[in-house]
This record gives sequence, C-alpha cells and structure tokens, in this order.
Amino acid sequence: MARADRVSQILAELLSPAVGGDGAGLGARLVSVGGRAVDVSGVGLAWMTEQGPGGTLAATDGPAQVLEEVQYSLGAGPGVDCSRRGEPQMHPDLARSGSERWLGYTDRALDAGIAAVFAFPLQVGGIKLGVLDLYNEAAGPLGQAAVDEARALAGAATAVLLHLQSSADRGELQTELAGSVFDRAEVHQATGMVAVQIGLGLADAFAVLRGRAYASGRGVNDVAHDVVTRRMRFTDDDG
Amino acid sequence: MVSRETRIGQLFVELADTLTDDFDPVELMQQLAEACLELLDVDATGLMLLDPRGRPRLVASSPDLMHDLELFELQSDEGPCLDVIQTGQPVLNVQVLQAQDRWPRFTAVALEAGMQSTHALPLKLRSTLVGAVNLFARKEQHLSEGDVALGQALADVAAIGLGQQRVTRDPAMLAEQMQAALNTRNVVEQAKGMLAEHSGLHPGDTFPYLRAHARQTHQTLDHVAKRVVRGQLSMADVLPGDPGASDPCEPRG
Repeated sequence: MARADRVSQILAELLSPAVGGDGAGLGARLVSVGGRAVDVSGVGLAWMTEQGPGGTLAATDGPAQVLEEVQYSLGAGPGVDCSRRGEPQMHPDLARSGSERWLGYTDRALDAGIAAVFAFPLQVGGIKLGVLDLYNEAAGPLGQAAVDEARALAGAATAVLLHLQSSADRGELQTELAGSVFDRAEVHQATGMVAVQIGLGLADAFAVLRGRAYASGRGVNDVAHDVVTRRMRFTDDDG
Repeated sequence: MVSRETRIGQLFVELADTLTDDFDPVELMQQLAEACLELLDVDATGLMLLDPRGRPRLVASSPDLMHDLELFELQSDEGPCLDVIQTGQPVLNVQVLQAQDRWPRFTAVALEAGMQSTHALPLKLRSTLVGAVNLFARKEQHLSEGDVALGQALADVAAIGLGQQRVTRDPAMLAEQMQAALNTRNVVEQAKGMLAEHSGLHPGDTFPYLRAHARQTHQTLDHVAKRVVRGQLSMADVLPGDPGASDPCEPRG
C-alpha cells in the first residue's frame, strides 16, 4: 500500500471511537495505535528544536515514558540524532551501538529493559518538528514492513500536529500541544536563572543544569524546580 | 499638534504592530477603518470581506455603523462595493444624488444616513480580491489622488495581514509557526528566569514587567524576551522600582 494511503488509514483509525477514550488526546491515541501497528514495546513522540529536545508530546506507559524523559534531560539519544540528521536512526542492538555514542542514555535504556530503539523524523520539508521513537525489549532489526509502517506513523503524527496547530491562534501553540511545553516551563526559567548565577550563556547554563541532573541521577525537571524555588544555586565554579 | 505626515507614519506603525502582536483580524480591520476615517476627509468607513460564498460582509466600521447594516448588506445586490468586487477596480467620487438610477436602493439608504458621496477601494491579497473598503462623506466630495493612494496603501497593509492569517493553513507555514511558538515560549521563560535572578522575584512575578515593557516600547513580548536573553536590553530597564508605576493600559503613540 502506498504510504499516503496508509497515513490516511492511520488517521481514520485515530479518529474512530473504537480506539476509545474521547478524553485521550490525539497524541496519546497515536502512540497507542502506533505500538500495536508496528508491534513494538513502547512508542514516544517528542518535540525537537534546533536546540535539542523540546518536551514529550506523548508516550506509552513504562520504559517509553522513562526514556523520553532521559533523552530530554540529557539532550542526547537516538531521537536527537534523528532530528539533527533528518533521517531515521536504527539501533537494533543498543548495547552495541549506543554505548560509545551516548553512554548515559544507553545505560538508562538497558536498565529500563529496552534493547532496541528506532527513531523516525517528523518533518515538513526542511522544518523539523519532532521524532517518533520506537522502543523494543528484544534486540533485533525492524522488518521492512515495520519500517514502512513506522514511516507512515511518523507521517500521521506530523499530520496530527499540524491539524491540532491549525486551530491555534497565531503565535500560540494549540492547547493540547502547549501542555507538553508548559511542563518544561521551569526548566527554561531555571536555565535563565543559572545563566545569571554563573555568568554564562543560556546554552551553557542549560548544559550545567543537565550535567547536575545526570550527576545526581535526577530528571532535569526536578533539578530545575529546586533552582526556581531557590533550594539550589550555582556559582561561577559550576560553569 | 503632530503633522499629518507624522500621524500617517504613526498609523502605519500601529497597523503593522497589529500584524505581529497577538494578531486578530477583526481588530486589524477595525484599526484600518479608524485610520481611514482619521486620515481621509470622510465621515464613515466600512470594511467588507468576501465570505466563502463570495458575498461581501461588513466586518468593521467607523463610527460603528452596525445599526446601518442595510447600507452594506444590500451591496450584495448593488452599490460601489459590488462594483469593486466585480471589477477589482476602485470606484471613486460617486455623488450619491447622481447615482440614483444606477443604484436606486443603495442611494436611498445612503441618503437616509445623510451621506452625499461615496468611494470604494479594493482589498487585494496579491492578485486575489478579498474585500473592499467603503468610504462615505456627508458632503459632495472628490478625493485627491494623494488621498486615494493613501487609502489604498492602508488597505494593502490590511490585506497583507489577512494574507498572513490565511496562509496558516499551509502545512509548511503551520510547521514554522509551531516551531516559532515553541521557541518563543521557551525564550520568554528564560527571560523570566534571568529577571528573577536579577531581582530576587519568583520567575512568574517578573512576567508583568516584561509585558509592560513590551507595551510601553511598542514591541512584541517575544522580541523583548529575546533582547533580554541576548543581553541587548538591560534587566534594570525592564524591572523598574514598582510594577504599579507602569500602566500597561497606557494608550500608544
């Protein structure tokens, strides 16, 4: 089947009441439909910006959610590479291919019971919006049919994002989409605070924040919260 | 008193401002109607946009002519706006009393509203006609070439704004808009963090200062936030002694 047809089919499936839960957002439906369609253990959908991960749009429960958070906190992982390069990144045996590239990410993935990760870009022309991450507990490549299905899913996810955004006011993110960004508001506030504390630029301040999160085994959201509530501060030495 | 040229410049800046700052097409149309009224020697303006079925609809007027709706509604059938919509050309210097044969119903309603002359200018988005600007005067009037050019320039600015609103249905534009909105939100949060660290306030409490500064200096919020995070705007300038001292409702200009 041509990919465009499959994309339409997925979209129709997303909107059908049979998928259940009108309450569930389209993003949540998409990852749950995706997990069944490609037959993987978990699916995540993440924003990607020029500066790296922008937040989790949706993820299936369990390891996918954990690893989206890890990827956001570290600013590194298969999804980040995928968005930068604009092409799928296949890691059928993460233990082998991931350790050199992103040791921290790979350790956390293996701890969470994930052995394989496949990332597909969500993009419109040259504009990168995000990535679709597929997680498997068993190592091994995706078959050609599954790769085709994953590409169609990425196309459907892009269409869903655009559809949601088309109802938004100019300059604003649509409500469902904005939720995932609001979740990260403190991270950006803390980045601004740390930049002033250590007298460095925002990119460096964010790196310092991420470093502290990694070193202390916490999520960057947690560390950011401590900074914003002034329970933690950084000095020039931390830069 | 400011010169007319200065005032023209100010009004164009205000119109352009509307395009970027929380863009609302209805507000833009209202501003355009008011700008025409102020700059051209006319007594009433009405802005008509074509609806999806190609009929002209009044979207803004100055003064508020909503109670004289008939004056605009009947232009689906006859009147200067319908002519503009059919030809794409402006209809200028129509003396109502002399147009009674041409538009019997329109002229009757216009005279009843006290209008002696009328003009209509096309609202064009590139080559597509999207509506018309209707001008009325209580006296017999001939617009100068300069006035016509000015009215058309105002209409063109408004059409560009409407165009921006429409193309957001294009996937690439939507994607860019989504990316820009995402980045804007992040930059605003970063600026709040920097201001918080500078002042000792909670990040959330710095937002009113950021917004007040944007309004007072006629800049968009994301522009002010960008200048803060790039160090191009001193944080002390955004954070005055007392937030109550800066009135965010202060009129522009």
